[in-house]
Amino acid sequence: MSKISLKNLSHSYLSSQVNKEDWALRNVNIDWNDGGAYALLGPSGCGKTTLLNIISGLLNPTEGQILFNDVDVTNKNPVERNIAQIFQFPVIYDTMTVFDNLAFPLKNRGISEQEIKNKVEEIAEMLELTSTLYNRASGLTADGKQKISLGRGLVRSDVNVIMFDEPLTVIDPHLKWILRSKLKELHQKINRTMIYVTHDQTEALTFADQVVVMHEAEIVQIGTPVELFEKPRHTFVGHFIGSPGMNILPCKIDNGAISINGNMIETKIDIKDKSFSKTEVGIRPEFIEFNESGLPVKIIKVSNTGRHKIIDTESESGKIKVIAKSSTNIPTESAFLNFKKEYTYVYGDNWIIE
Amino acid sequence: MNKTVNQKAWLFVIPVFVLVAFNAIIPLMTVVNYAFQETFGNNVFMWEGTRWFKQILLSDRFHAALGRQILFTLIILFIQIPLGIFIALTMPKEGIGVSVCLVLMSMPLLIPWNVVGAMWNIFALPDIGFLGHSLNALGFDYNFTQQSGDAWFTTVLMDVWHWTSLVVLLSYAGLRSIQPAYYQAAEIDGASRWSVFRHIELPKMKKVLTIAILLRFMDSFMIYTEPFVLTGGGPGNATAFLSIDLVKMALGQFDLGPAAAMSLIYFFIVLTVCWVFYNLMMKNEGQS
Repeated sequence: MSKISLKNLSHSYLSSQVNKEDWALRNVNIDWNDGGAYALLGPSGCGKTTLLNIISGLLNPTEGQILFNDVDVTNKNPVERNIAQIFQFPVIYDTMTVFDNLAFPLKNRGISEQEIKNKVEEIAEMLELTSTLYNRASGLTADGKQKISLGRGLVRSDVNVIMFDEPLTVIDPHLKWILRSKLKELHQKINRTMIYVTHDQTEALTFADQVVVMHEAEIVQIGTPVELFEKPRHTFVGHFIGSPGMNILPCKIDNGAISINGNMIETKIDIKDKSFSKTEVGIRPEFIEFNESGLPVKIIKVSNTGRHKIIDTESESGKIKVIAKSSTNIPTESAFLNFKKEYTYVYGDNWIIE
Repeated sequence: MNKTVNQKAWLFVIPVFVLVAFNAIIPLMTVVNYAFQETFGNNVFMWEGTRWFKQILLSDRFHAALGRQILFTLIILFIQIPLGIFIALTMPKEGIGVSVCLVLMSMPLLIPWNVVGAMWNIFALPDIGFLGHSLNALGFDYNFTQQSGDAWFTTVLMDVWHWTSLVVLLSYAGLRSIQPAYYQAAEIDGASRWSVFRHIELPKMKKVLTIAILLRFMDSFMIYTEPFVLTGGGPGNATAFLSIDLVKMALGQFDLGPAAAMSLIYFFIVLTVCWVFYNLMMKNEGQS
């Protein structure tokens, strides 16, 4: 059990780094608190797996430090770090039975036969593998094999952190849901730090207390699902989280006054004049209302999802999506939009201005 | 729906059938024909029934040749398979070293068999050959043309040099196809180097190793050219393996009947061993 801190961590798979793009991870600073349930969320290729492999010790970072309880473990191997990691595709030992597969990490650490048996049976019970416990592991389906991989990660009770690298990719949707709830349940029971890598926002938001969003080799925001939704600190977070994502519109800032194409926008933010190469207003579709006056738009399309309506509109500065209650009357051709002041943010070069 | 019956498609098989007939069926049937008859030339044949088969199966000469053959095959399998796996494991996994190693490994496989025999013959000559001369200079009494132990040593060494590469290349291909996640998982599970080999690498190499063992068994069991050029089966009959003995009987003594019977027995042994071996190795495949 420990707190894991990453300090000024950068990694590159190339031998020399010239451009920003040469880095797989750039200047990552983060503390993972003991016992937390974290999700590492981001699109494919943003550096999630690299970060995970650096925490587990499979990769040595190009720069920076990893501390477990303030002790530097940067040069220690996975065994010394005492971590568990589960991979995207099932990894099983073909020649062994399911039991031996689950017992393998324990046997390698010289744990007594009886204790191994208890532990393995407990995990097998939880993952519903009891009936096939003494079968050859190679005969199982992809689901079953991935359950073994999960089991091998969960079987040691003293690990510092359990990391999941998109572990449910190969599992079918129905079982995915069950296993995810199991993991969540397990987290509450054993109270280990868990880091769950995924590119699926639903998966991240349902599993984690804290979500770490990555984008182009950087961490752009760390927060609870609500924080990510209500106050994205980076336009990518606004765009990536939520369905549909945040509307991002180019704006002008003049002496603290914000305007989109000549229409003044009210926010709660007191903006000092700073120089940015790009300034934008961000507003979630949920926080936009139709009104008598405001930002003029044309209605393009209305789709009713049952729970609510999604309205595609077009302003002179770009498309804006609006979410309204199913019962709302939608103007037919042109309309005016009002942004809720407390949820309207301004971004300078993609980062929030506060 | 009723299938239309049209046997004309068989016509397409004719070219292959003719080809196979000329290169396999007719020669084989000729051998079968000889195996049951006696001839004194002039195309005159007399029916002998199973006499040649009985004679061969009961002859000490055949037993000795078969014994030498089995011993030779076992020795080279026990050397080449582990050695091949070991070399494959130590080969580089990326960079320029990969191509260099692969080319070096392929070299012996590209040399014609009689050239291999000739090379090793000269290489091992006790007076002028590099190997023979060096061994004698080091104080070993080495002469492969006169001492049967030395002849065996040289033949085995030659075969190991010639064919271990095949096992290496197959094993290397098997190893390269293992996903990195397996090694990463094993590292996290705290597996020892031996466990990684025993539980990941060896099972993943199973198929290619089956092929490697089969190929090496067949080739070594039917070996002819290289020992023929190197030792000519000698000294005496020390390295007269089955095929060398067979050629001696058929072309040296012109005993066509017994030689044909021996060919069939020889063929049958190879076929049986391959069949049994293949089935044993593949027995568990159905489950996975």
